Amino acid sequence: MSVFIIRRLLQSIVVVAVMSLLVFFAVNVVGDPVDMLINPEADQAEIEKTMRAFGLDRPVHEQYWFFLSNAVKGDLGKSFIFGEPALKLIVERMPATLELAFAALLLAVVIALPLGIYAGLKPDSKFSKTIMAGSILGFSLPTFWVGLMMIMVFAVMLGWLPSTGRGETTSLLGIQVSFLTWDGLRHLVLPALNLSLFKMSLTIRVARAATREVVHQDYIKFAHAKGLSSRRVILVHLLKNIMIPVVTVLGLELGGLIAFSVVTETVFAWPGMGKLVIEAIQNLDRPIIVAYLMITVLMFVTINLLVDVLYSVLDPRVRLQDVKA
Amino acid sequence: MTSARSTLQVEGLETYFFTKAGVVKAVDGVSFAVGRGEVMGLVGESGCGKSVTGFSIMGLVDPPGRIVGGQVLFNGENLLTASEEHMRALRGSRIAMIFQDPMMTLNPVLRIDTQMIETIRAHERIDHASARQRARDALGQVGIPSPDERLRAYPHQFSGGMRQRVAIAIALLNKPDLIIADEPTTALDVTIQGQILYEAQKLCRELGMALIWITHDLAVVAGLADKICVMYAGKIVEQGLVDDVLDHPVHPYTVGLIGSVPSHNPRGQPLAQIPGMTPSLLNLPPGCAFRTRCSRASGICEQEPRLSEPRSGHKVRCFHPCLEGHA
Ligand SMILES: Nc1ncnc2c1ncn2[C@@H]1O[C@H](COP(=O)(O)OP(=O)(O)OP(=O)(O)O)[C@@H](O)[C@H]1O
Ligand code: SF4
Ligand SMILES: [Mg+2]
Repeated sequence: MSVFIIRRLLQSIVVVAVMSLLVFFAVNVVGDPVDMLINPEADQAEIEKTMRAFGLDRPVHEQYWFFLSNAVKGDLGKSFIFGEPALKLIVERMPATLELAFAALLLAVVIALPLGIYAGLKPDSKFSKTIMAGSILGFSLPTFWVGLMMIMVFAVMLGWLPSTGRGETTSLLGIQVSFLTWDGLRHLVLPALNLSLFKMSLTIRVARAATREVVHQDYIKFAHAKGLSSRRVILVHLLKNIMIPVVTVLGLELGGLIAFSVVTETVFAWPGMGKLVIEAIQNLDRPIIVAYLMITVLMFVTINLLVDVLYSVLDPRVRLQDVKA
Repeated sequence: MTSARSTLQVEGLETYFFTKAGVVKAVDGVSFAVGRGEVMGLVGESGCGKSVTGFSIMGLVDPPGRIVGGQVLFNGENLLTASEEHMRALRGSRIAMIFQDPMMTLNPVLRIDTQMIETIRAHERIDHASARQRARDALGQVGIPSPDERLRAYPHQFSGGMRQRVAIAIALLNKPDLIIADEPTTALDVTIQGQILYEAQKLCRELGMALIWITHDLAVVAGLADKICVMYAGKIVEQGLVDDVLDHPVHPYTVGLIGSVPSHNPRGQPLAQIPGMTPSLLNLPPGCAFRTRCSRASGICEQEPRLSEPRSGHKVRCFHPCLEGHA
């Protein structure tokens, strides 16, 4: 097990290093920040002074080395616009994004997983067919459009739920969260649902496919032959087996949730990392973009690692292979 | 032995699969009885309906299959009209089944102790520790070394033979009145097979269980069973006491089956084989299903042969049974 984790950790470091290279050069190619930084009336001496201050007069590979050595120390540069450390700005916005992503994930597990299992157990029922049709819609409708429609219906027409911002937040272990206040929770509902829609559709499909496969396995029939209640057969024997593919897909998709929250955050004016980075892209605020991408890569890698560990907890057969490895 | 005292009495059981291609009459009018402490061998070629017969008794026929006729009397009560909850209470407790494929019968993500203890606690209010103790004893009973340790293992840590022993131990947990063992030893090597056969027979006698042993190995039946039912294409074509049927088979199919067992042939002679193939059960034409392969077939065989009893307790479903040579 520990050999396995160390090996995965090393792989992760390589991934992060390669990504830093890609991110840095890609962003360099996108646009010249000098235009952004410098007052159009500035004279040549002033321009050169500013460029030197940001290290922009050096060759690209030196800039990269400079960036990397600072990054290792936790310094990803200062925002051109805000003049504050990029990392600090991102980290400040992170709780909002994570809260949104986890709320969306929770919705997928709590709502979509039971629906998917039901559709797998009773594939021919009308309700199952409705569920599957719904999941196709969830897949094919664009997130931003659904978001706008939700605002139209629930916020504008019915007036049930607010549509912008996080609402009232409280501090939980030093982090600002919305879900602990009634107002914050009401603010969270629409964006979380919007962000979750795609994952819910995916979860329904994965859970249904896995259920249909597992339900025909001999061990399910044997569980019935032992006289277990249907409840126990489904909640223990079936669920434990379908959790393996479901956790894999949901875990890997958690990274996607964080990345996709860019769209939802923009539609619902949710003050998270996504909204920050969209503004940074518009302003060519390079350090923020780079910091955002690096943080996202880091999160992806961490999540994948956690999923692998969780996977081996769920599937005893994986555990044994690690012992051998 | 086939009187009211029988633990299980199956009468005219019919289980059909209603597939898109047509109706598969997997079990078509099967009748037999097994009493306490009695072992019945159910033999026949692959696909003749042995497993489906077992599942029908358990009430575990999967769609598109359906039991369309007959009676399954268990201790005098017809299971085909019993409620689902009552069936659940009987399954694993009074009637247990051991499945054909030991690699697939245990849940891969649950520990052995979980899978055993839940079988006990589904039927009895008993504390966890006592249930565990009973699971441990059952593992010991089927010859699994260091059962305490093995209880904590997962199925993939067992060999096929060991898994089948675990499945047998699970079947024994609640001391059922009837065990249906579906080719439980096919996947095992010969030594272990013999050991398990011996143990099964002993337990059956000691505990007064009725045992249905499904197999296509006649040698196993010869050594183990009291009675035998020979199945062909969903029907029982010959049944009786093991010694009667194996020593004096009267149905042409049974004769062929025994002729194809190596030990029954003189050395140096090629094995007698039944010509032709097992017919598909899908949309089977009426009449004797064996007639395309039967050397004794005549025109009348296009009608359905009825069960006759040429000798007491020895029944056969054939127009021209092989009665020559032994009266
Ligand atoms: N789910 C199903 N759908 C359609 N037909 C089925 C189904 N299950 C079984 N059958 C048919 O029922 C017949 C009997 O099958 P069964 O499994 O009882 O055979 P068997 O005698 O146990 O054979 P084997 O020795 O290979 O285990 C087969 O011909 C098979 O085609
Ligand atoms: S009924 Fe006819 S075809 Fe069938 S086994 Fe007897 S002799 Fe052969
Ligand atoms: Mg079978």
